[in-house]
Amino acid sequence: MSEPLVRAVNVSKSFGHVEVLKGIDLEVDAGEVVCLLGPSGSGKTTFLRCINHLERIDGGRIWVDGDLIGLAERGGRLHRLPDKQIAEQRRDIGMVFQRFNLFPHMTALENVVEAPVKVRGEKRAAAEQRALALLERVGLGDRTGNYPSQLSGGQQQRVAIARALAMQPKLMLFDEPTSALDPELVGEVLAVMRELAADGTTMIVVTHEVAFAREVADQVVFMDAGVVVERGRPDDVLGNPKHERTRTFLARMRTGEQTTSAPPAAG
Amino acid sequence: MSTPAAPGERPGRIDAVEVRHPWRWVSVAVIAVLVLMLAHLLVTNPAFDWSFTLEAMNQSTVIRGFLIGTLLTTVLSMTVGILGGVLLAVLRLSENRVLSSVSWVFTWFFRGVPRYVLLGFTGSLGALFGTGLSIGVPFDFLFSSWFGTPELRAFTIGQQSVYDLLGSTIVGGIVGLGLSEAAYMAEIARAGILSVDRGQHEAAEALGMSRTLAMRRVVLPQAMRVIVPPTGNEVIAMLKDTSLLVAIPVTVELFYQLGQIGQQTYQVVATNMAAILYYLIATSILMVGQYFLERRFGRGFGTSTAARPAAAGVSLGAGGAK
Repeated sequence: MSEPLVRAVNVSKSFGHVEVLKGIDLEVDAGEVVCLLGPSGSGKTTFLRCINHLERIDGGRIWVDGDLIGLAERGGRLHRLPDKQIAEQRRDIGMVFQRFNLFPHMTALENVVEAPVKVRGEKRAAAEQRALALLERVGLGDRTGNYPSQLSGGQQQRVAIARALAMQPKLMLFDEPTSALDPELVGEVLAVMRELAADGTTMIVVTHEVAFAREVADQVVFMDAGVVVERGRPDDVLGNPKHERTRTFLARMRTGEQTTSAPPAAG
Repeated sequence: MSTPAAPGERPGRIDAVEVRHPWRWVSVAVIAVLVLMLAHLLVTNPAFDWSFTLEAMNQSTVIRGFLIGTLLTTVLSMTVGILGGVLLAVLRLSENRVLSSVSWVFTWFFRGVPRYVLLGFTGSLGALFGTGLSIGVPFDFLFSSWFGTPELRAFTIGQQSVYDLLGSTIVGGIVGLGLSEAAYMAEIARAGILSVDRGQHEAAEALGMSRTLAMRRVVLPQAMRVIVPPTGNEVIAMLKDTSLLVAIPVTVELFYQLGQIGQQTYQVVATNMAAILYYLIATSILMVGQYFLERRFGRGFGTSTAARPAAAGVSLGAGGAK
């Protein structure tokens, strides 16, 4: 076995006195798609944000492609990395946010071109050519000159995916990419993600889309209250969950999917 | 005329009498009388010597005062103020307590001192540094006196008097107005930076941008939308505040020059009218410029485009209401 692309060991994180991650382990091989599921407040989004150091972890270690994230070992001691080196580590990790976070003062094309030119120092012409190809790939070849405010939520999220891909990352992180979308726009974003997965992109996806996880994921991780409750192949975790908490969550997701007037589950 | 619809007939187009507003016509009449009275005053009162007003406006000393003491000073003071203000705002938002305290103390001082008083002080800096200014090693004179060679200085270059350095008193004025303005611009820039959603910082940083690059390419351009309107007001206020340069005093300045003419000719109303006209012309031109600037930095937020989804994650910011 070769080294996994992402290796997280015993990751812990507190906000003040609240411990939101209590020893998370995760291994993701190159080309693998991992879906993190769990109720809100379970820590899955926080864990995702730790992988590219948007959150600083208190315990454990995270390696991405062999690089220890946010830390360096020198003279037998760990040192926190300065901002500049953290920025360098982030260049190879793409991230897609729940609320898109496109730059509203730039057109779709400018959004995608910005980081390759300003961060990687690529030539503008070459970066634009690749950006156009990426926007074409997410189905927005005709919207390159539009500002984010002129695009629908689903279109904005697809631009955001193209923007992250423009840095040619080794790993893509998705933080509930469809949660802020109107229901009829969810499909177009999931279609793009499905295509990425089929092309062998390594992806870690925090999502509530159980059907997407079942279809696309190689590994499903179910989290609750800061710990991993259950993990494995989607058919096992989603089809035949062993833990009560997983079963409750999946049952609640199913009722939520079928009727909008589902009563809140007890507990 | 339209009549109520007959039974069984569906009501059609409405052809109704609009509400009358008789008091509007009364107010129009009252205002018309007041305007006529004002016009009569302006034309017939001999104190408004209009030909003298125009003559005063045309004096070369006055025009020079307007170009240098008013316009150039406004441009240079606002440049100092805007650059200083953005720097102060970034320092103020820094995690480094020392830097944010420096910014706070600066703002505290320059906002607390009236501009007129401050200008009196910066205009007299020459007295403060009577022997001149030079670049060298700080406190080297202490070491020199310990070694018994009080005249010895380490690496000192360019000792010269403050008047040589500043060229004229107007530099003291620009320094005073600029530093005072920086304190106000700091608050405006800070509000602008804080109005940009945190998600924008995160998106920029997730792409591997350094904080400086994220600030310059992502945050500040969006903050400009909130910063520009109050800054336009600051420019207009600064243009008017150049008249405070009499505190130094700066002689190459519009209001000083017109005041001189007024004192010599006793035509004070006419020279004041000339000053008013100059300031109104300049501020009107600035307001046109402000309109175009606001349009430029409103890109991507236009009202002509489709309504922006609330979920787009960009807060419009409290400053937008200004």
